[in-house]
Formats: sequence, C-alpha cells, structure tokens
Amino acid sequence: MELGYLAGSIVKLAALIGWIYGLLWGLGRPKAWQKAVTIILAFGVIQAAILAKFGDIALFSAFDQGLLIQACTMTMVALGLNLIYGFNGQFSLAQWGFYGIGAYCSADITYRWTSGDASGLLVAGLGTILGALALFLVGWLLKKKRGVPVLSAFTFYLIALVAAGFAAVKLGGALSPLLAPYFGSPEAPGVLASPLALQIVFFLSIIVAGAFAAEVSFIFGLPVLSLGSDYFGIATLGFAIIVKTLLVNSDTILPFPEMKGGRGMIGIPKLTNWIWVFAFLILVIVIIRNFVRSSTGRATLAVREDEIAARAMGIDVAKNKLMAFVVGSFVAGLGGAIYAHYIGFLAPGSFDFIQGYNPLIIVVFGGLGSMTGTIAASFGWIFFLEGFLRVLLGQLGSDAPSWRLVLYPIALLLLMLVRPQGLLGTVEWGFFKDGNNPIGRAREKLSAAVKLKGSGTKKEGE
Amino acid sequence: MASIKTGDTILSIKKATKAFGGLLAVKDLDLELPKGAIQGLIGPNGAGKTTAFNLITGVIPITSGAISFEGERIDGLEAYEVTRLGIARTFQNIRLFTNLSVLDNVRIAYHSHAGYGLGDSLLRSRRYAEKEKELTERAMDFLGIFHLDGLAFEIAKNLPYGQQRRVEIARALACAPRLLLLDEPAAGMNPKETLELMDYIHFIKDRFDLTILLIEHQMRFVMGICEYITVMDFGEEIARGTPAQIQVNERVVEAYLGKGAAKIAAS
Repeated sequence: MELGYLAGSIVKLAALIGWIYGLLWGLGRPKAWQKAVTIILAFGVIQAAILAKFGDIALFSAFDQGLLIQACTMTMVALGLNLIYGFNGQFSLAQWGFYGIGAYCSADITYRWTSGDASGLLVAGLGTILGALALFLVGWLLKKKRGVPVLSAFTFYLIALVAAGFAAVKLGGALSPLLAPYFGSPEAPGVLASPLALQIVFFLSIIVAGAFAAEVSFIFGLPVLSLGSDYFGIATLGFAIIVKTLLVNSDTILPFPEMKGGRGMIGIPKLTNWIWVFAFLILVIVIIRNFVRSSTGRATLAVREDEIAARAMGIDVAKNKLMAFVVGSFVAGLGGAIYAHYIGFLAPGSFDFIQGYNPLIIVVFGGLGSMTGTIAASFGWIFFLEGFLRVLLGQLGSDAPSWRLVLYPIALLLLMLVRPQGLLGTVEWGFFKDGNNPIGRAREKLSAAVKLKGSGTKKEGE
Repeated sequence: MASIKTGDTILSIKKATKAFGGLLAVKDLDLELPKGAIQGLIGPNGAGKTTAFNLITGVIPITSGAISFEGERIDGLEAYEVTRLGIARTFQNIRLFTNLSVLDNVRIAYHSHAGYGLGDSLLRSRRYAEKEKELTERAMDFLGIFHLDGLAFEIAKNLPYGQQRRVEIARALACAPRLLLLDEPAAGMNPKETLELMDYIHFIKDRFDLTILLIEHQMRFVMGICEYITVMDFGEEIARGTPAQIQVNERVVEAYLGKGAAKIAAS
C-alpha cells in the first residue's frame, strides 16, 4: 500500500511537471492558434483526469484535486514573490500578507453576496476603483510639482486613499438599498440571485481582491522600498504581522463581524474549480512573463544587479521597485482569492508570517530569477509536503505526520548544499525563455548573422 | 586661465561644496568645461575627485553651490534625471550588470527611451514588438561599432577586465550622452592597453561628438590625452591649465610629492 501510494504520487508529480513543460512549450510557440490549442489541451488533460474513473478508483481523487488547486495558488503567490525577490532583489516577507488580504477581501464579497447583501461587492469595487483614480490623480499632481520628498508624497497618497475609501463606503451604502430589489435577498430572490450571477460576482471579487492588494502594496511600498534590502525585509515582516493582527481582530477593531476575527471565517462559498484556477494561473503566468521579458523587466534586473549603476543608466529605481512590488502583490491577491474559495474557511493563523516563509522557500528552492523553477517548486512542494509525506507518514502512526516538518527541511538543506542556485538555477522553459518571443527570434537571427564562436549562442544564465 | 579658449560651456560648476559631517570632501570647486574638450581631473587620493563626479551626476546631493549643464541647473536632480539629460558616467570599480548579457547591459541603457511602457509589455501590443525589435537591432549595431557584437550574448562577468571596461564605456554611450564622465578608465591596465584606451577615447569622442571629463592617476595617460587639466587636493582646486602648465606647476608637484620635492624639482 505504501509503496503503491509512493509510486502513484511520484508518477502524478512527474506527469504534472511534464504537463507544465508542455504548457510552457506550447505557450512559447509563435502563432496565436498554437497558443490557443495548447491552452485548451492543457486544460482538457487535467479536466479529463479529474473526470476519469476506473471503477471505484478516481485517477485524480478529490484529495489530489485539492493539492492541485493549492499548488496553483501557491504558484501565483510564489511567481509574484519571484518578481519582487528573484528579479528585483527586494527581500520581502509581505507577500503572504497580500495573499491574506486578497483571500479575506474576496471572501467577504462573496460571503455577503450569498447572504443576500450586495454591499460588499459595491463598497469594495467602488473602493478599489476610486482608490486607483485617487492614486493616479495624486501621482499626476506630484509629477507636475516635482521634488516632493517621498514621505510627503506618501502622506498625500494616503490621504487620497482614505478619502476614496470613505467615499466608497458612503456611496456603496447609499446605493445598495436602491439596487437591492435587483440583486435580491434571501427572502425575495432577485434577478441576479442566479448561479451565473454568483460566478460573475466570484470573478469580480477575485479581480477586486487583486486590485485591493495592489493598492495596499503601493501605499506600503512607496515609503518602505527606499530602504536598503535588509531594512526593507524587516519592514515587510512588520507588514505581515500587522495584517495578521488586523485579521485576528477583524470583528473588534475592524468593522467586519462576518470575518469573526481569530475564530475564523466560515461559510465562504466554495466556488473555486479547475476552470477558474486554470484561467487565473494562465493569467498570472502571462502577466509575470510579459513583465519580466520587457524593457521594464530588464530595468528590474538592472536594479537587482546594481542600483547605483541602474540609476546611472537613467532608470528611475524607486519607480521600478514599486512597479515590481505592486504587480507581485496583485498576483498574490489573486492567488489568495482563489484559495479562499477553494478552502471555504479562513483563519488568521493561515496568514501568519511563519507561513509566509513558504513562498520564500519555494522561490529560493526553485531558483531565484527562474519562473519555471518557481512553478515546478510550488507543485513539487505541495505534492511532496502536503500530499505524499502527510499520507505516507499518516500510515506509520497518528503522530508521524509531524515528522514531515523535519524531513522537508532536511531535503531543503541537502538541495541548498548540492545546488545553491536552486533547483533550476536561472534556466527557463518554453514560454519563459527569452529565445521564443519575437525579441528572441531577432536575437537568434542576429547571433547567426554575427557568427558567434563557441558558447556564444547560450542563453543567459546557463 | 587666459590660455584656455572657451567655446560654449557645456558644464559649469560654481562654488560646489560637499560636506560629510564636518569633513569638506569638495570645497568651493569651480569648473568650466568647454564643449568638445577632453578635460582631466587629477589629484592625490582622497582629493575629492570621485565626490565631484558624484555631485555632477546627482548620486549624492550637493551641500551648496550650483552645477549647470548646457545652461540648465542640474543640482538637485535625481541621478536618473541627470543621465536622461545627457550626462553618462563609468565607475571607478566597474559596475556592469554582471549576471546579464552584454546585449542586455546595453539594452538597459536604452530603457528610458524604449518607446513603450509597461502597458504595452503586459498586453504585448504591436508597438512593443516593433520597438523591442528596433531596440535590439540598434543595440547590436551599437555593439558593432565597438567590435563587441561577437560578445553580445556573453555574460558580462565572464569577460576579461579590459573588455569589461570597454563594455562599460559602450553602455554609458548607449545612454546617448553629450557629456561623458570617466572615473579612472585606465586603472589596472598595462601600458599597451592604456595606449589602446587612448585611441578608443579619441575615437568615441569624434564619433559621438562628446565632451569628456575624466579622472585618472596614470600621468602618462592624462598628459597624453587631456587638453586641459584641473588639479584637486583636499577638496579644493589647486591648479588648472594645459598639461604642459600643470607639469611645472609648483603646487601640483607639492601636492603629489611633498614640499621638499617641490623645491628639488624647482632647483
């Protein structure tokens, strides 16, 4: 039984890594239809595996599906962190906080919606839209009046954001009774109380959660990113602790009784399924890759390599760090939202900063600055630690699963000793390569034209 | 002063002072840089030469005084803004983006005029594709000027020292500067390489229509290449003039070799 399970999980993990390779390879093909076919196939293969049943035994049990969804959300968070830490060189522990913010934000929206209250969506949606407008407005004004010190700029942004939030609460509060007949309530279901509407609300709640996390990261990152690397790390640790503390006290010091503070939020509709996970996984992969493989992405790398030289090259280092930080946090917010609707129960303990080391470990484990490595490590990590070890050790005795937190650090230590650059170093597959996009093709053509000698055609980082 | 015929002044520093706590690293420095000149900035170690560079490029804020570039005040600007205005620099200890390819090092210098923004890159718009292709081709052509195109895909840290210097200068030129600041470009080079570097600097000056201000300790190099020289000691300017004037200047000899030596040299 143990051996069978061991073989089964190794095969599944290998198959998933193969699936990732295929997906990235296909997405890296030049033609749009090739990409489309890849996406459909990659989706279909897993969907078929989920549906497939041989007698009583499911090929992909509910447990495995759960692992898959967790692996995908972890991938989103870790890819965002890799952008911040791996590509931009900013050691951040705040990623888990943004994950928590995203999870709670979207859970609150859908929870209220299913209990017949549309105000969550209205207030949060209006809040993020007005907040974004306020930030853009202040940014534009500050650009006109140059030379404003960073802390003053921060104050202006903060005031604008608070004002936007206040306006959103007032406006949303005024609008929701007006719109209530259309949205419906538990007593009198309205037009939009249909399952389809719920799916739409779910989608909107994910986007709002991401946007909200991004706005928070902007206002937090603005003053803090100017700190040096270690100090920035400490500041982000502070952020993670603040988020957790606020979540623990969400029903007392924050006006969200439905979040139930430290007791944990229950009753979140379990709307996450493979379609949603896959769609957002692709979205995140595309966002991160398009960011990294661009002029902005190169500037991001330059900031990691040498900030002073980057400045001397005309790169606005502060702005660049902020961009990477906001995009990374946005992605973490999306991941959090998906996770909340998979698990259906949120407790502040899951968003403790200790847990926040998990994506950090994954990013380092997979290879700093390797997007492929991050994905592979996320999948490997979840399937190994949460799946295989938990089940395998569970058969040895009821206390044995605790040993997984001993076994996996040992595995980590060994890997770091053998491969300090991480599992994949900076190697990339297919879609993530510099060589498969138009620039890469131009690059290969040019390299052929200049007739490189020896190892000249190697991609960076090999 | 009379011996220096100034055309248009490209860079003018007036009474620039930089204090680190009580220490005046640069004190009342005046510098007029005529357009198209190769000017040297020399002085013993700790004279404040690199600090002067850092003041010009905005790496550190000025304590008092004024710096103007092409008639525009640039003190108080951020370093990246100074670069975008047309002042590029190299560093005393080479600061390449070591883990990136030579091509990427140059393409990073193009970032501020890449012609597309984050929106274009995220959506992979047509503008992104066009500009990115154009940018890459331009970078390759640019590397070709320096015969570095064969190294375009090499990782910068794998290059030998002399080539790293050349890449660093090429990268600075990719910022399309009109004023180039070189901080000890000949450091660590043997006499042959130094001679090559002199040719190289003349070549880039003519090719890109540059004004060059350089810090250097190798006197043969400085005397051979500079049209004018400013000598600093303890943060202050102690002499300026043509290489011939500087070589016989008493205060300069004194600063480098001490008082006794100056007397011996004079006798």
